[in-house]
Amino acid sequence: MTTPLVSVTDLSVQFHGSRIASALNQVSFALGQGEVLGLLGESGSGKSVTLRTLLRLHPARSTRIQGQILVDGQDVLALKGRALDLYRGGTVSMVFQEPGLAFDPVYTIGRQIAEAIRAHEAIDARSAASRALQMLEMVQIPQARRRFDAYPHELSGGMRQRAMIALALACKPKLLLADEPTTALDATVQIQILLLLRELQRETGMSVIFVTHDIGAAVEVADRIAVMYAGRIVEQRPVDRIVHTPCHPYTEGLLAATVGPEHRGRPLRAVPGAPPDLAALPPGCSFAPRCSYVSEQCRRERPPLAVADGQALACWHPVRGLAEAA
Amino acid sequence: MNTTSPSSPAAEHGGRPQPLLVVRDLKKHFPVRDSGFGGPRKFVHAVDGVNFSVPKGKTLGIVGESGCGKSTTARLVARLMAADAGSLVFDGEGVEEFRGLRLKDFRRKLQMVFQDSFASLNPRLTIAETVAYGPRVHGTPAAEAMRQAHRLLDRVGLEAANFANRYPHELSGGQRQRVNIARALAYDPQLVILDEAVAALDKSVQAQVLNLLQELKAERGLTYLFISHDLHVVHYLSDYVMVMYLGQVIETGPVERIYGHTAHPYTRALLSAVPSMDPAQRTEASPLAGDPPNPINPPSGCRFRDRCPHAQPVCADKTPALAVIRGDAEHFAACHLNDPASGHPAALKESIA
Amino acid sequence: MPAASAPSRSYWAIVWRQLRRDPMALAAASVLLIIVAAAVFAPWLAPADPYKASMIKRLLPIGSAGFLLGTDELGRDLLSRLMYGGRLSLLMGVVPVLAAFGIGTAIGLFAGYVGGKLNMIIMRVLDVFYAFPSVLLAVAISGALGPGMSNSLIALTLVFVPQVVRVAESVTTQVRQLDYIEAARMSGASAFSIIRVHVLGNVLGPVFVYATGLLSVSMILASGLSFLGLGVKPPEPEWGLMLNTLRSAIYSNPWVAALPGLLIFVTSIAFNLLADSVRSAMDIRR
Repeated sequence: MTTPLVSVTDLSVQFHGSRIASALNQVSFALGQGEVLGLLGESGSGKSVTLRTLLRLHPARSTRIQGQILVDGQDVLALKGRALDLYRGGTVSMVFQEPGLAFDPVYTIGRQIAEAIRAHEAIDARSAASRALQMLEMVQIPQARRRFDAYPHELSGGMRQRAMIALALACKPKLLLADEPTTALDATVQIQILLLLRELQRETGMSVIFVTHDIGAAVEVADRIAVMYAGRIVEQRPVDRIVHTPCHPYTEGLLAATVGPEHRGRPLRAVPGAPPDLAALPPGCSFAPRCSYVSEQCRRERPPLAVADGQALACWHPVRGLAEAA
Repeated sequence: MNTTSPSSPAAEHGGRPQPLLVVRDLKKHFPVRDSGFGGPRKFVHAVDGVNFSVPKGKTLGIVGESGCGKSTTARLVARLMAADAGSLVFDGEGVEEFRGLRLKDFRRKLQMVFQDSFASLNPRLTIAETVAYGPRVHGTPAAEAMRQAHRLLDRVGLEAANFANRYPHELSGGQRQRVNIARALAYDPQLVILDEAVAALDKSVQAQVLNLLQELKAERGLTYLFISHDLHVVHYLSDYVMVMYLGQVIETGPVERIYGHTAHPYTRALLSAVPSMDPAQRTEASPLAGDPPNPINPPSGCRFRDRCPHAQPVCADKTPALAVIRGDAEHFAACHLNDPASGHPAALKESIA
Repeated sequence: MPAASAPSRSYWAIVWRQLRRDPMALAAASVLLIIVAAAVFAPWLAPADPYKASMIKRLLPIGSAGFLLGTDELGRDLLSRLMYGGRLSLLMGVVPVLAAFGIGTAIGLFAGYVGGKLNMIIMRVLDVFYAFPSVLLAVAISGALGPGMSNSLIALTLVFVPQVVRVAESVTTQVRQLDYIEAARMSGASAFSIIRVHVLGNVLGPVFVYATGLLSVSMILASGLSFLGLGVKPPEPEWGLMLNTLRSAIYSNPWVAALPGLLIFVTSIAFNLLADSVRSAMDIRR
């Protein structure tokens, strides 16, 4: 196997405010060229922090980052000045949950995409504009030429999200980070955007990290899913395996708690309790207080992330071992 | 149909449960600020002639995308907003003429849980004070209201000894939503409107709250109006489902009919837009193109026609009415495809199929 | 989200604890405490009679024997005059703000909660007052009412009411749209009960903080009015007035002449810093 495009090693992120919150704790994962990784987790699980750290978006003053991030051979945590600017948007770019926030309301969509291209490449205004128009066509915005001159508020939510994807892909990034890109959208629009992302990924061969709390959305686009809980990856496996044979009790609970047609008429198997306070994580496994398989060992010792055969699991008492589940 | 309801023994009439709430021809139009001077005044047809009824002890789920009018409908029913037209009959009595004490009493019987668990709690009151506020308004002595609040907090899974004196910002989203539920229950209501009440919660917590809602409904004989964009959750919780599009009801009926024998192309599209949970059966084509249109200028005829894969000229000319589907007296849909006499070319075949 | 089961204190206890931990708040509060104590206990603390003039001891420098902070242009002990002066100056700072806080909050709550046309009428009428710079307005009203302390108190109150109303109205309008007000309306409670239990508590905080900030403005304006001869009359000691009368000594004895101004400055800064700390302490969510 060649060197992966992204390799994150023992990444820890702490936010220092009135209290110290450990948002990420020794997260490691790798992502190959053209692979789609789904980061699945609930609020406070660290999935968005991971993305933001990959783009170095956290304010340096109140954030302590440890570990290593290599993207396309570059040491991301060491980037400075112009190199960091070129990395952001050039090598890696991001799609946010709220498409309204990524655009400046006083400029047209087309102009903003063209400017993003010119910030990264030495090309003249006219070719940048025609590239921007191509981008709008690529994300299947109907009547792209008319929408090119539209202001952000003139587009519907779905169109804005497409325009934001066009903006993100304008400089042909090798890695696209998608932070809950479909959460704020209506159901019939959400599926369009998911299909678009899948199609664009296939066409461009870029790698994608797709952050979501919705297993369904992750299943639609991801090759692999990493389940995060309290700032750690607890299970990371190919999507079909994780859905059909979850190994970590939390993954199992999450799947069981996701309502489906088969649940009608009986109580749901809910995971009891609430996620832990990131400023006061328990010493052992963070999921231990909510886990039905918990033992004394879980409360005392943190389970290491066992890696085997491209799969990873951090649990003392898995529902089934990686070997059985494979 | 088991409608044992401790609070309303009158419900035991036998036969079909009588409706707790009947809504007829409800309308609400919001004026849009016009851009220039003169010109015709524009309106958002937020709710445009909605009819439905909720049987006692049952749950009616209202689904639809943004702008379909589901939340406005909830606010109109709750009388948080005055309707432009239409009538509400609650427990056999017309609600419009309620004033003063009658209105106050009606308020008690109908409560609401909102989506934003934080915004719906007063940040300056402890959660026990919040829960006790309602009964105090209705004349319960302070000490008794407090005791009752503690009991309710215990019931919704927040041990009062530990939680009663906390402030909303000290709780998690799921815990806050439990407080909101306890607050609604403190009035001993008959109807609870749940407006996207579980939408903002994490999946693992959402399941806890859904279970709680089901238990409470059975325990207290509650009737729910459950508003959601999540079709799985609506399927799980509802007895009847109403699908709205651009301020109108386009299909309504018992849950198993809506999910099993869908009669409207929009409902079908909504159902197939739900992401697959099986990687081997990923969604391959999007059921609909484009976004839900702007409710300021709805299309003529059938409002769904410009996104509908079956649209024909007849759909622009004639507005389809809600009609009984396949003789099931409870299942209605508003689509020319279901009416052989509509003049839609595909209508007859569909109807036979 | 803390999972620990610490028993909760009341809201004001939390605010108080936050304030006590804030060094800036402590410093500002101590300075104010000293100034207020010196003013309140002036009759016992002041080394000399603030009205006793002496032609031969005019404009003595700071540190002169018997006159710790020197003397003014009539030979009166400056330290004593500053202490006595604090009584009027602080009074003129606090009373108009308190009055405006009460009146303005009431009007703002009403306008904000009622909303609609009535709100618009109230707010546009107040905007007329708001359109004038506060100094100009204070001078104009005082001038119209005639000089004297009670008239300047009224003038200052009138200057501050529209400002307080504005803040109270905008906060009320925000709060009114929150779901918990909707939930309270669904209880069938009267508007009065909803305002008292659910609106007032959430509006009072921001308005209080804003009013605290006005204390320094009020002091400066009151001093300004006295300086212009519209407020306190000589020979009453008052910081603004003292600044005016000492003006002539600015070349001969600048340090003495600057002292009343320095006190006005320090007091208003202390009020402002305290207001800032109170604001952050009251935001218990963070």
